[in-house]
Amino acid sequence: MNKTTELFAPGHRGCAGCCDALAAKFMLKAVGENCIVVTPTGCLEVFSTPFPESAWNVPWIHSLFENTAAVASGVEAALKALGRKNDTKILAIGGDGATIDIGIRGLSGAFERGHDFTYVCVDNEAYMNTGVQRSGGTPFAATTTTTPAGKASFGNLRPKKNMPQIMIAHGSPYVATTSVAYPKDMMRKVKKATEITGPTYVHVHAPCTTGWGFDGSKTIELGRLAVQTALWPMMEIENGEITGVHKIRNKRPVGEYLKAQKRFKHLFSIPEGAEIIKKIQELADWNADQYDL
Amino acid sequence: MSKLTVVEGSYAVAHAVKVCRPDVIPAYPITPQTHIVEELSQFAANGEIGACEYITVESEFSAISVLIGASAAGARTYSATTSQGLALMHEVLFNASGMRLPLVMTVANRAMSAPLSIWNDHQDSIAQRDVGWIQLYAEDPQETADMTPQAYKICEDSKIMLPAMACFDGFILTHVYEPVVLLEQDLTDEFLPPFAPEHILDPSNPKTFGAFADPSIYTEFRYMQELGMSAALKKIETVADEFNEIYGRYYGGLIDGYYLDDAEIVLVAMGSVIGTIKDVIDELRAGGKKVGLLKIRSFRPFPTDAIRDAVKNAAIIVPLDKSISIGKYEGALCTEIKASLYNTRIDIPVLGYIFGHGGRDIPPERIKKIVSEAEKAIVSGITIESSYADLQEELL
Repeated sequence: MNKTTELFAPGHRGCAGCCDALAAKFMLKAVGENCIVVTPTGCLEVFSTPFPESAWNVPWIHSLFENTAAVASGVEAALKALGRKNDTKILAIGGDGATIDIGIRGLSGAFERGHDFTYVCVDNEAYMNTGVQRSGGTPFAATTTTTPAGKASFGNLRPKKNMPQIMIAHGSPYVATTSVAYPKDMMRKVKKATEITGPTYVHVHAPCTTGWGFDGSKTIELGRLAVQTALWPMMEIENGEITGVHKIRNKRPVGEYLKAQKRFKHLFSIPEGAEIIKKIQELADWNADQYDL
Repeated sequence: MSKLTVVEGSYAVAHAVKVCRPDVIPAYPITPQTHIVEELSQFAANGEIGACEYITVESEFSAISVLIGASAAGARTYSATTSQGLALMHEVLFNASGMRLPLVMTVANRAMSAPLSIWNDHQDSIAQRDVGWIQLYAEDPQETADMTPQAYKICEDSKIMLPAMACFDGFILTHVYEPVVLLEQDLTDEFLPPFAPEHILDPSNPKTFGAFADPSIYTEFRYMQELGMSAALKKIETVADEFNEIYGRYYGGLIDGYYLDDAEIVLVAMGSVIGTIKDVIDELRAGGKKVGLLKIRSFRPFPTDAIRDAVKNAAIIVPLDKSISIGKYEGALCTEIKASLYNTRIDIPVLGYIFGHGGRDIPPERIKKIVSEAEKAIVSGITIESSYADLQEELL
């Protein structure tokens, strides 16, 4: 045990303003020490466990990039078989690449089988650990190192994959979306997810200072802008029904959110930029209308 | 005297798994492994495997990943696979051994696609040679069944803590009906203690599993796996003896010999072809030919010293492989046996044959032909070091 009361201890090697570190710290505060954490290969894993150091004051296992949900299934099955499950929570925490892309088969299987665990996707919208490459979570028009803007491209051509809807379609009893910028909301939802029996899913929007191109002091600000522009709706879906929506008090135009990040900088200089920003505003407006934000 | 029952090879293995009291069994179906996991699911449905969690996963990739999570949490685990399924597990196989998790898995050996083939050879497990798993090969259903508790006992040793695959030939052994002794629960409980690992995922004593290693420490982790394998060399032998004491059956430890002591021609093989070879040797010995067999039970760890000692008086060594390294035109046994003899005073010609791929039958005549070619090579020397013994050149 590290000499700290934090279950996710300070002193790790995350960037200043790291969204993953915020997510891990606050989630564990909410869930408490009676849990086992499973994470894939990625930033969180690398900066928290350079041997022989570990930031985890709860049992923690990392196997590979794409098998987090299956490893969590195995942990859950073992605890049940050995009579040790009791109130122990199993919390899988994966990034967008590990969840939405390479790990989706194992995640789908684990949810279909109905294991009693919570999977949290901390979504910073690209492969940050390898140097900001595009993932299925990368939003429309964002530049990454594999979707750069150029004469023939405005960045990522495709919209973000709607992962929460995919998890709802699995019949999960609880699916929620939240943001590291709203730690109380995130903590409440993650805690609730772990308290519900069965496979539950929380999708956490997570601004990455390095990957998105903003100052490390602005992580919370950026996360809040994503919610306030209605680009990231925060809600709860229980047994397929929306049971809670985070209402936006002062709705902001998407331009404010986009302008604050280097990954969208090109939209303010290329000729078709205004048209693309308009399309992004339409996405936000659709969200606001659809979910009554 | 133990009672013999006529059962399918897969049933004998599934029954052996049951008496080892596994806690978690993830299973994904693939021919010819299916009967094993079907039998286990029936045992589970009948409530015959205690609190065991039987999990129908969505892929072999998840099967092996479930094993990792379950084993790290303190469970005794089991799964079975073959061929494409084993290949799909490849990345995770490295991970399991690196994390020092004593998983046991049966491999029903089958050829690799393409072209698609569901029939037997050893290419699937041989292709996993370097993943850091113990690899044992059995000759018949009884040996495969008996290898199951042996494998647990070997890999759960605190000095070893490495996963093991118990390999037996797909269809030839998985689907054959033979009289076997179904492993007794009381004897197995006496032979195999409960799994009690030193390190587990437990909130009352939090530990970190799967930290990353920078260049200052990575090599030492890898070398410690090698030390685990070295410890297995001895353990495989002692476990075979302990098994013999309790159950009264013995198949050799790392290796076994058949008419080996005075053999001039030493055939080397693994798996079900051993039975055919023994029949041929009986016949040839009756005709006065000094032919013997070196059976390899443990391919990893590779029993270099035991092999050197076993073949040192031969006039020619003839590895018979159900695998090929394309681009070297040799099977794995051929390559490894030759490597084992280099840098020694042993200077014996090695004449390799590759055969029985994709389920092609190996009749006794083929073995006899190989022996007669080996006899000629003793006199005239080796012209081709390694070749297919059953190639139909007219089809090329």
